[in-house]
Amino acid sequence: MTSLLATTLPSRFRWTDTLAWLPWIISAGIVGYAFLSGGYVVTLVVFALIYAVFVIGLNIFMGFTNQVSFGQNAFAAISGYTSAVLTTAYEWTTLPAIAVGVALAVLCAFLIGYPTLRLKGHYLAMGTLAIGLITYEISVEWSSVTQGYMGISGIPPLGIGAYEVTSDRGQLALLVVIVLILTFMSARIRTSRLGRAFFAVAGSEDAARALGVDVARYKLASFILSAACAALAGSLFVHVVGFVSPEVFGLHMVILSFTMLYVGGIGTVAGPLLGALIVSLLPDTFRAFKDYQDLAYGAVLILLLIYAPRGLAALFDRYVPAKKVGGAP
Amino acid sequence: MTTLSLKNVTRRFGGLVAVDSVSFDIGSTGVTAVIGPNGAGKTTLFSLISGALAPSDGQIFLDGRDITGIRPEDVAARGLIRTFQLVQLFQNMSVLDNVKAGQHLHTRGGIFAALARPGWARREETQIEARAWELLEFVGLSDHAHAFATALPYGQQRLLEVARALAAKPKLLLLDEPAAGLNADETKRLSGIIRRIAETGTAVLLIEHDMTLVMNTADEVVVLDFGKKIAQGLPEEVQKNPDVLAAYLGGVEIGHG
Ligand SMILES: Nc1ncnc2c1ncn2[C@@H]1O[C@H](COP(=O)(O)OP(=O)(O)O)[C@@H](O)[C@H]1O
Ligand SMILES: [Mg+2]
Repeated sequence: MTSLLATTLPSRFRWTDTLAWLPWIISAGIVGYAFLSGGYVVTLVVFALIYAVFVIGLNIFMGFTNQVSFGQNAFAAISGYTSAVLTTAYEWTTLPAIAVGVALAVLCAFLIGYPTLRLKGHYLAMGTLAIGLITYEISVEWSSVTQGYMGISGIPPLGIGAYEVTSDRGQLALLVVIVLILTFMSARIRTSRLGRAFFAVAGSEDAARALGVDVARYKLASFILSAACAALAGSLFVHVVGFVSPEVFGLHMVILSFTMLYVGGIGTVAGPLLGALIVSLLPDTFRAFKDYQDLAYGAVLILLLIYAPRGLAALFDRYVPAKKVGGAP
Repeated sequence: MTTLSLKNVTRRFGGLVAVDSVSFDIGSTGVTAVIGPNGAGKTTLFSLISGALAPSDGQIFLDGRDITGIRPEDVAARGLIRTFQLVQLFQNMSVLDNVKAGQHLHTRGGIFAALARPGWARREETQIEARAWELLEFVGLSDHAHAFATALPYGQQRLLEVARALAAKPKLLLLDEPAAGLNADETKRLSGIIRRIAETGTAVLLIEHDMTLVMNTADEVVVLDFGKKIAQGLPEEVQKNPDVLAAYLGGVEIGHG
């Protein structure tokens, strides 16, 4: 039984507990640096934080509940375009436009999730991929509303009523607050009955059902929460950039968000933020490598996945299982 | 008082009749064991009772209500909880959280409770935590409460699965080969645990290969062979039943499996 000690979670204080703060300290360091230095780094970090909103949601569905969706960009697009159209063509103010955008995306998530979440494994993944592609096609083809490839410009910045946040640092501060609130929410979900139901679905659907967990229902709940975050990210994006086109929410958004989730730490609380910041800043860090920039970036990603397969934050997370030790056949 | 009642329950897989018109009743107390050679249809029978599989024919009643073909989560909500032949723990959670998750049916609260944490939700959380510790104490796992479920040796994983099932407050508990992979000591302890579960008023239906365990724990035994019920009765009777002896001698195994 002594071998168990190594994998027993600390019930008393241990120095490793302080390590749990490391992902936060690194993230705070990056954001703080951007805030102080200003300029280009601020823009990078602002985009990273918008992505963090997206990835926090993806993590609830993929990390907590262990499902796969390649189509969360659809909800970003639905909300982003709703925001864009309502604030430009209909001259709404930002906040109600975002609210309607997110609500519409959540409604779509419900309508799409209800039938597709009954599919298993590959079918679900294929289904979600289709959702993303269909949304993309609609944003291209429905040009009377979306302006097709041209996109919609002149979207007003974030703000409440007449007060608009236009400065880079103002946007950065606002996004930090939003990301902190969402991170706090995801931490609370994780340690609640709802979160345990998500983790139960992730661990064993059969066992979850045998204990009375309505698996279909919790998958749908997780999908909707995830879609709501994606939607919010989509709207934040269009208001920060002031412009939207179909490419903004294309397949690269899916690839980037997956990379962030896996690098940061899938299933952890700090992972999405850390992953979003690091993946956004890495390519730039390697600018000195000139032509080999992409190569260096790829190499670092591969090294990360080899040495931290559950992501960076998982290295410091008390709630992520260590390697399997003995016992089971 | 009858808790579970099977009437001609049948399940076919293509041409194979895995469970063939099985009928029996079990009472609201005591331990009933289902035994039979490998492939006799025991696990399939459990899956039919717990709603994981739908019967091809026949009916299943729990406390007089027809539960044939309803979803497993609805069967669970009516107080019938099963464990699995191959342990199905929530590997991504601690031992303690596994048992907390087992109390899902007896707690409430969704996204609002998770985020706003009103007083009732906090009290509920305290209660289920206390209950989880009790159950871990009961099966002897409280020292490992904070370990990950997968870090436990196999025998203890089985005990954890039992504790998690008990957390759901079953009226009827179905255990599928709980002693598989346990050593003699652990099996003896398990036998004691099963007896104590039965004493607290939970009916237990048990699939078991280990004859010593069956003889020491079961009040009644049902024997399956090739999907058919070939005997039912007290352990001592069944042990001497010629059909049963033939089934076991004719099969690959004798006694232990
Ligand atoms: N899902 C399935 N599909 C096809 N055949 C199955 C399935 N599940 C079980 N069987 C078959 O049904 C028979 C009974 O299996 P099972 O219930 O697991 O037996 P036991 O638990 O008594 O060892 C076996 O012949 C097995 O191969
Ligand atoms: Mg079996």
